[in-house]
Amino acid sequence: MIEIENVRKSFGQLEVLKGINLTVEKGEVLTIIGGSGSGKSTLLTCINGLETIDGGRIVVDGTDVHAKGTDLNKLRRKLGIVFQQFNAFPHLTVLENVMLAPVKVLGQSKAEAEAMAVRQLTHVGLGDKLKVYPSRMSGGQQQRMAIARALAMSPAYMLFDEVTSALDPQLVGEVLDTLRMLASEGMTMICVTHEMKFAREVSDRVAFFHKGVMAEIAPPEALFGAPKDADLKTFLAATH
Amino acid sequence: MFSYTFHWNQALKALPQMLDGALVTLQIALLSMAIGLAVALALTLFRLSGNRILGGFATAWVEIARNTPALFQIYMAHFGLGSFGIHLSPYAALLAGIAFNNAGYLAENFRGALKAIPETQTRAGRSLGMTSLQAFRYIVMPQMLRVAFLPATNQMVWAILMTSLGVTVGMNTDLAGITQELNARSFRTFEFFAIAAVIYYLIAKAVTLAARVLAARMFRY
Repeated sequence: MIEIENVRKSFGQLEVLKGINLTVEKGEVLTIIGGSGSGKSTLLTCINGLETIDGGRIVVDGTDVHAKGTDLNKLRRKLGIVFQQFNAFPHLTVLENVMLAPVKVLGQSKAEAEAMAVRQLTHVGLGDKLKVYPSRMSGGQQQRMAIARALAMSPAYMLFDEVTSALDPQLVGEVLDTLRMLASEGMTMICVTHEMKFAREVSDRVAFFHKGVMAEIAPPEALFGAPKDADLKTFLAATH
Repeated sequence: MFSYTFHWNQALKALPQMLDGALVTLQIALLSMAIGLAVALALTLFRLSGNRILGGFATAWVEIARNTPALFQIYMAHFGLGSFGIHLSPYAALLAGIAFNNAGYLAENFRGALKAIPETQTRAGRSLGMTSLQAFRYIVMPQMLRVAFLPATNQMVWAILMTSLGVTVGMNTDLAGITQELNARSFRTFEFFAIAAVIYYLIAKAVTLAARVLAARMFRY
């Protein structure tokens, strides 16, 4: 369970999160929508401790992420994150990209890590790209590799930060299909996305962020079908 | 107007001896590069550590190595340390001086290379649960070494040429040292130094070529 309590975060003078309260249960798929600068991506990097927070707290399975003495490296093993930029490690093959952290961080044997990597890569449809360097792959393939790389750590939660935003339109579908597959398998996911159709289909709940505030949160049919917040109505009208 | 008579035979007879010296030259250059690379990596980590004392130490090293004559650096290793009671042999002093110089230039070289590697690479590594040192070691450093590789071969060539400064601290087993002694005995200055120059040139060219072949094999991505 991820518990977000009254979280505040500022970059200099600019307050990007103005007291966010949100709880994500095991097995839930939550998507976060909203305009640029609404704070939705920042929240994800606060959850895995890449960013500090200025107030409130985030608790993952009972561990306070930003408390002193929290072993963030250990905590991050259960929080997979995939970014907008694919962040493939260019000097490693696809297989090596996925094996690296399980071997170095979890201390798995090469054979063990390879078996897991092959399984995850096959799962995301890259079983025939094992020995290829990332530069030889499309953006969609690199992004699916990044998903497999995160999954190889056997995380309990997956955070997706606008993972289709840097892709050519024709490649968006293959990555969204991968996310749909994970959702249907019961993975707990928080997806920051601009893909409204995807959010509608896949989510248990959808949250709308506006100017650092979670303006509305509801199941997709309610949020998209009968939005209450005025800013959400404007936002939905603009994205249709 | 031109009364110098060339005596190439005498000089060519000394060729095997000079080639032995060339091996010593190559050995010093390779060792100084190995030490220089290791120290440059440490200096790079010092600079990245955010610790002001370590960072300042690294910056001072780089500044001195790059902005003072290599000859003085070798002098300091020989005579400078000597005045503190640390007596290095000509070989060790020459090696230390060149390694000092290499480390400074290579550290600066690494700093430039690091700028070519996006911060998001480190973030991706940290997100997978790596410590900052692991992210550097397995993700950033290999990419940094690739960017820095060809500039580093320039430094290797420079290291080979710098070994000739060893004669100033009494080095007499490397190519320059042996050539200098042969010259002192025979006064066939032009012949001996011309041959030595050709050997230096060939070693430098061979190193550059070897580096290219090595780079093509190592960096396949």
